[in-house]
Amino acid sequence: MDHPDTAVTESAAAPEEMEQPAAEKATIVVQSGDFDKVQSAFIISNGALAMGMEVSLYFTFWGLMRLRKDSTLDSGPLSKMHMFGLGKWMIKRRMKKAGAVPLERLAKDFKELGGKIFACDMTMAIMGVKAEDLRQDLIEEYCSVGTYIEEARHSIITLFI
Amino acid sequence: MAEIKLDVRGETCPVPLVEVRKALRRAAPGDVVEVVGTHPSSKKEIPLAVRALKLELVSVKEEGDTWTIRIQR
Repeated sequence: MDHPDTAVTESAAAPEEMEQPAAEKATIVVQSGDFDKVQSAFIISNGALAMGMEVSLYFTFWGLMRLRKDSTLDSGPLSKMHMFGLGKWMIKRRMKKAGAVPLERLAKDFKELGGKIFACDMTMAIMGVKAEDLRQDLIEEYCSVGTYIEEARHSIITLFI
Repeated sequence: MAEIKLDVRGETCPVPLVEVRKALRRAAPGDVVEVVGTHPSSKKEIPLAVRALKLELVSVKEEGDTWTIRIQR
């Protein structure tokens, strides 16, 4: 967090600081673990971050399963036309051809641009997942609904995916 | 004042936008970021991001399928 009194520069003509003290916020619940939906969540997030917003992703239920160390971000089924993996294989091939970047790259950019990932601790209890079973390189904090609501009520974009 | 060049030709959504943002974060105030790309929507959307970030859009040029956008941090 920038301290406003230390961020003041001597020149009045200096360009504005890029990081505004109260950046607009997007808060997204990632409940689905479907490959295409997780992909959408990260694309929207990275767009918002690139356009100067703060973004928090709340991974819960099937979404949280994609953050397991023994899984991969892109291991979920296609939400439609999965066809025992054939549909997903086709879509992934077409995505590659179209130049779409892999989920792991989207997640790396997300972190680099300051995006935050929260993990639902109730899901962890239900599924018997411990913090050390999860991608701690990506997760910022473990929390429950109160943290989400507190952030969502101050967000101008809220989505449930 | 430095000039940072960025080539995102062939890259698609959301890479051009994200790479521009990364370059702008690396840039010092006053530096110019010049990005060249081919993704059609990004030609419209990078200027929107520049406005949202309250930075200066220096120029947008297009030659065939390739566009060049200059931004001052």
